[in-house]
Amino acid sequence: MSVPAFVASQERLLAALETVRDPELDEPITSLGFVASCTVSADGDAEVRLRLPTYFCAPNFAYLMVADAYDAVSALPGVRLATVVLEDHFASDVINDGVAAQAGFVRSFDGEAVAELDALRAGFLRKAVMAGTDQVCRPLLAAGTDPAALLAMTLGEVPPSRALSRLRERRAELGLPAGNDAPLLVDPATGAMISAEALPLHLRKAKVTRVSIEANSGICRGMLRHRYDTPGQGEAPEASEEDQ
Amino acid sequence: MYESNGEKYFVVDGHMHYWNAAPDNWVPGAEQYAEGWINCFHAYQGLGPPDTHWSIEHFQKYSEDDLMKDVFEDGYVDVAIFQPTYLKEWYKEGFNTTERNALMGEKHPGKFVYNTRWDPRDGDAGIEQLKHNVDRFGSKGCKLYSAEWNAGSRGWKLTDPAAYRYLEECQKLGVKNIHVHKGPTIWPLDKDAFDVADVDHAATDFTDLNFIVEHVGLPRIEDFCFMATQEPNVYAGLAVVIGGLMHARPQFFAKVMGELLFWVGEDKMLFGSDYAIWEPKWQVEGFVAWEMPDREEFSDFPRLGTTGKKKIMGLNAARLYDIKVPDEFQLPPEAGTPGAQEVLGQEQPVAGA
Repeated sequence: MSVPAFVASQERLLAALETVRDPELDEPITSLGFVASCTVSADGDAEVRLRLPTYFCAPNFAYLMVADAYDAVSALPGVRLATVVLEDHFASDVINDGVAAQAGFVRSFDGEAVAELDALRAGFLRKAVMAGTDQVCRPLLAAGTDPAALLAMTLGEVPPSRALSRLRERRAELGLPAGNDAPLLVDPATGAMISAEALPLHLRKAKVTRVSIEANSGICRGMLRHRYDTPGQGEAPEASEEDQ
Repeated sequence: MYESNGEKYFVVDGHMHYWNAAPDNWVPGAEQYAEGWINCFHAYQGLGPPDTHWSIEHFQKYSEDDLMKDVFEDGYVDVAIFQPTYLKEWYKEGFNTTERNALMGEKHPGKFVYNTRWDPRDGDAGIEQLKHNVDRFGSKGCKLYSAEWNAGSRGWKLTDPAAYRYLEECQKLGVKNIHVHKGPTIWPLDKDAFDVADVDHAATDFTDLNFIVEHVGLPRIEDFCFMATQEPNVYAGLAVVIGGLMHARPQFFAKVMGELLFWVGEDKMLFGSDYAIWEPKWQVEGFVAWEMPDREEFSDFPRLGTTGKKKIMGLNAARLYDIKVPDEFQLPPEAGTPGAQEVLGQEQPVAGA
């Protein structure tokens, strides 16, 4: 038996899982505490076990996370066999078998679903772009930038920050302009620039979208903590509410 | 009735339950769903103050006496609106049916409002049942659970033609308050299960009906807010917002309240404890005492004063349900009128005034 050219480590496995996000909370499944365990044998057999805040968490979101985790782990150099198991969920068997067989969502939920989940994912990405817009614009406004000036700003003119990088990544994923010359404010559905007239509503929508995602994330973390009293692999304490 | 700082609040709990989710009520073969459901509810209770948490056994099945004490004696509630949830595929006698609610409620006249329910997949028989329930229980409202499983189907939408038939019947029967569960659901599997677009369409087509979106569409508050600003007959049901956030996430609670006050407004928000997920006592006390934080990041939210709290705690719901409110709880004339009047722009009689 040949030795794998590259031995996958648990550290690399965890790093790969950090690229998998909860689509609606827009956070890595690792920091959310959803990774119950992840191990890899010397032969390169990787096993990941995932857990969610409730038994009835939406199966479409669950499917996306399990499938994305499978793809991320399978793509790691040195991984011979990848197994991803969702625990304690009403549709665990269907999801686990479907992902293992790479059957796709519709075939996995035969007769109960008629579309794959790309549109769902894109919808959440648009919300992430709106929430990210608030995260980037709020400090600018607090520092005295005139709201109207935001209209003419490009991404390259915004001081670098984690929030800005994240906004660029989400925009790029959606196929929206994300380079230095791209406008800071765009309609996430069309990529069109925002008019002066539409600016107040756009910023207000960005804000409520961010509040919604963050409040939901808070509830999910609370439910997960009630369900499991041990931290997940790579779980990060939530940024203090005061920092939000 | 709740009194604080010399102010008296008439309390209508717009959303509460009397369920039996104990193993004796589980449908054989569906035990895992019945158990999973109540465990999920129990986890929500974990978001309230620790001294209000119940054991899972107590939570599965509480007594009539427990309810009367928790809601009315200790919980300050004057009138409670039962919202049924059937789930008969998982629970033999249903999780929390109109009949079960009424059997209990008839021993306590004047304390309860019995909302009923319907499911468009029940066809003609369901219409007959709806008429029967309205006749027997005097229902003026209903709770719709579009994610409910029914004979292999895992859900429906308000815009389904079959649902429109029921909405037309509601209009005829005077069932004018349509509470729609828009919160955590599992259907439709391949779409966004929290989508509130169907409420938008139905509210436009049925302007005589009020649509109360329970749990404000959590986790899609933004979609709910955009929709509610455009539909004068759409209301925010605060069950889960207060219970799930006020204690566990006070900063997020303030922001969510701020957004709701901005987009929806204090005339269209209704308190609901979601008992027995959470007891009303701490929610009423905490909400009346709550103030929007006085910090920069909250500066562009509207403030909620005593008048607004009185509306949300009970006067808005009393108006929608024609509940008689004693004079001592009424707002002074200059404080405006709770409920739909200003939004609808037409005079409506105030019950009991």
